Amino acid sequence: MTKERQKHIRNFCIIAHIDHGKSTLADRLIEKTGVIAIRDMEAQVLDNMDLEKERGITIKLTSVKLNYKSKDGEDYIYNLIDTPGHVDFTYEVSRSLAACEGAIVIVDATQGIEAQTLANVYLALDNNLELYPVINKIDLPSADPEFVKKEIEDVIGLDAGNAALISAKEGIGIEEVLEGIIKYIPHPQGDEDAPLKALIFDSLYDSYKGVIAYIRVIDGKVRPGMDIKMMSNGAIYEVVEVGTLRPAMFPSSELLAGEVGYITGSIKNVRDIHVGDTITDAKNPCLTPLPGYRKVTPMVYCGIYPADGADYNDLRDALEKLQLNDAALLFEPETSIALGFGFRCGFLGLLHMEIIQERLEREYNLDLVTTAPSVIYHIMKTNGEMVEVSNPTNMPSPQEIDYMEEPIVEASIMSPTEYVGTIMELCQNRRGIFKDMKYMEETRAIINYELPLNEIIYDFFDALKSRTKGYASFDYELKGYAKSDLVKLDILLNGENVDALSFIVHKEKAYNRGRAMAEKLKDVIPRQMFEIPIQAAVGQKIIARETVKALRKDVLAKCYGGDISRKKKLLEKQKEGKKRMRQVGSVELPQEAFMSVLKLDD
Amino acid sequence: MGNIGLYIHIPFCKKKCLYCDFNSYDIKSLDENAYIDALIEEINFYANEQKYNFKTVFIGGGTPTIINPGNIVRIMQAVEKNIQTDAEITIECNPGTVDKKKIDIYKAIGINRISIGLQAWQDDLLGVIGRIHKREDFLRSFTLFRDSGFNNINVDLMFSLPGQNMDMWIETLTKVCNLGVEHLSCYSLIVEETTPIYALIQSGKLIIPDEDIDREMYKTAKEILNNYGLKQYEISNFSKDGLCCAHNLVYWNNEEYLGVGAGSHSKIGGKRFWNYSYVNEYIKNIRDKKSAIEGFENISILEDSWETIILGLRLNSGIALSDFNDKYKTNFLKQYEKTLIKLKEEALIQIQTDRVILTDKGQDLSNRVFVEFMK
Repeated sequence: MTKERQKHIRNFCIIAHIDHGKSTLADRLIEKTGVIAIRDMEAQVLDNMDLEKERGITIKLTSVKLNYKSKDGEDYIYNLIDTPGHVDFTYEVSRSLAACEGAIVIVDATQGIEAQTLANVYLALDNNLELYPVINKIDLPSADPEFVKKEIEDVIGLDAGNAALISAKEGIGIEEVLEGIIKYIPHPQGDEDAPLKALIFDSLYDSYKGVIAYIRVIDGKVRPGMDIKMMSNGAIYEVVEVGTLRPAMFPSSELLAGEVGYITGSIKNVRDIHVGDTITDAKNPCLTPLPGYRKVTPMVYCGIYPADGADYNDLRDALEKLQLNDAALLFEPETSIALGFGFRCGFLGLLHMEIIQERLEREYNLDLVTTAPSVIYHIMKTNGEMVEVSNPTNMPSPQEIDYMEEPIVEASIMSPTEYVGTIMELCQNRRGIFKDMKYMEETRAIINYELPLNEIIYDFFDALKSRTKGYASFDYELKGYAKSDLVKLDILLNGENVDALSFIVHKEKAYNRGRAMAEKLKDVIPRQMFEIPIQAAVGQKIIARETVKALRKDVLAKCYGGDISRKKKLLEKQKEGKKRMRQVGSVELPQEAFMSVLKLDD
Repeated sequence: MGNIGLYIHIPFCKKKCLYCDFNSYDIKSLDENAYIDALIEEINFYANEQKYNFKTVFIGGGTPTIINPGNIVRIMQAVEKNIQTDAEITIECNPGTVDKKKIDIYKAIGINRISIGLQAWQDDLLGVIGRIHKREDFLRSFTLFRDSGFNNINVDLMFSLPGQNMDMWIETLTKVCNLGVEHLSCYSLIVEETTPIYALIQSGKLIIPDEDIDREMYKTAKEILNNYGLKQYEISNFSKDGLCCAHNLVYWNNEEYLGVGAGSHSKIGGKRFWNYSYVNEYIKNIRDKKSAIEGFENISILEDSWETIILGLRLNSGIALSDFNDKYKTNFLKQYEKTLIKLKEEALIQIQTDRVILTDKGQDLSNRVFVEFMK
């Protein structure tokens, strides 16, 4: 009986490159299965954050339970699990994949396979998922489904014979996909009578219910009143509510093996729930947890400061609120001589960092100053101690350092072959080590490099995009740490070291970066009452120098009756501008100065 | 009502100069007589409804001297009964727009001060900035005024013009001083974003002197004019003893004034108000017996005190502390103690027994000073 029930369940997700139509297909599936009346459907229902809609990407994953009556009259339950579509969230993607038996792989009929699709396909294969290829956008004049089919077979090694040809936007081929899911995606085969074993693939904070964990029950069952145990840390909670997502929360009496849904307990902090963790019955636990769990660790750090020191508490409150739903966001108080009180924040990657900064500014209306991003360096001291440094200010003095290590990533870049030369040049400039290059077909190649993470956190994406006219796609994964010859580059303004402008850089690049930084600062620092020398220094050695000349003129030549209100507004604007400047010693610095290091073209 | 200043706006020009962002229009495109009718109606409204006594009158523009002199007569007749006997009455003039007949009329109706916009001595420079007159036009007009007995004449000059160098500027200053003018205004070119010259400079078609040369030119003007007995009394204004522009002092002393005509601003009784700028909108409102006033703002005591500071500091005589303290029931030195210390350290201001004034550096960077006093 239990097997019979699970035969009518399909748990799957959709894998696609940005813009290849994942959200649109999800919308169509939801629409066709009638969970939400069409008139209530907002475009792209699974992406429910404004920011996500604007950027066209999914940040926070959710799942939805759909009821489908197949052509032969059988009732099926589809659990569509949404996955975030960006490299920063690889681990989260891998966990939501682990909650499924199969995945729909969408490939754009006009673009073919991209690096991100491939990266996620590999993740899906690692999790033993069955793949069901779907070729989207076949209504476009430039669509070439036959070519894409061949590519799917050549590159992924997947039989594309059963691929559905669809246009999610126009609603073409959606029924074929709904039927295909039954055929090509296996049903779950859990043991309902075994001890509870469930995978947490996401969590959400709700101010009434506390933390809500999204789970996939692998074996056994879970129901309210039961005591459950988190296998990573042994924490025990009583289950208050279980239910399914349609996509609103729909309480039920229990969740059984093979099902997807949510549970709540009196869990106060999202940090107590770890994505990838295994939930079991506290009284009758399973023997081993599900494989693949790891603690998420931030890779990129930066300082975030309120533009107005008075907003420090507001910034802390905002970060706390964001953290409720984002276990990957770390922050701790830090102080900068230049910027005052703020926070050192850790992110999964650059996109994650940008998203958090934007949300703080947009949703919490904060005016921020952010310092250049940094990675975590391992510093081996002469006394044998190892320290991790993410803020250049905390770097020990050179005589205390035996050697340093920096994080290295394995990067794969997929691009039309005509750009291979320029991409290789870019990677070489960024201290990359060439690994290999494979031709996917005659016109496209995948290039693999090992790159120091600190070389890609600045402007690598932008540089790659501009050099390849946007055709290259990029994916990376942390490989480990490697010994490296690094130095701290300091910036002195008017003879004073400005801590928030320091950064760690490879020794060979220090001179060029220092010079570029000094030139950039000369452009962004407005003339002031006195001359301001700008110096870039490594240790005691000055490696570059520029000067901002003293301001000579700031006067309104005319001011008569009709001019007064206008001139007053002008002065008020000037005052506003002054307020936005940071006073660093005797020098007033505009906010963009702190991000200058991000915009050095090299 | 006490004695106040009166500004009368004539928004017509033969051609707009490339740097001009004033409220002025091509005279051929508009109905001069209809405008003057409306203007007189507005003047009558104030003259009849309330008791104003004008200690100064300034007919500005635009180019007031291009309109029919009969219309200037009508305007003066409308305000006549409210003008104080010894009032300073100025008309703005562009070179080449007056003849003997016009000038005699101005004289006859009591106008006693002339302000001529020369801007530069060099004809090619005048061409660059879109002026339609030549130096000769200026000389002819100037002589006509002098010959008719006008003994209080101002000339407007500009520096930091595209293509202007220090020699040209010195030539302009000395030639004009040698004519024996009573008053000079020297303006550093303000490049407003809405003007054609802005685009020309942005695109690199015109090049203006840099900040350092600009300040050299300003310093040179102060020195040369001082040698000719033209003393600086405001950031951009110089005059012979006792011949400061009384009307403009009304603004800088933050006193009350009424402005009539399109786009004019007034400040009376703790309020600032302004008329519709577009000539036809202004005329229509008056014709429809509606107010010409487009908007107003109340000026709080605090704001008014700031205006007194930023306007007063434009003057070389600065702010008179006892007057300020009486007017705002405060102690200026105490209220702004920190600000004053900072500004003094930066050598932007000087504090004298009963006055605070800008230093030369303070004049160059006066906006910095004004911003510091803002609450």
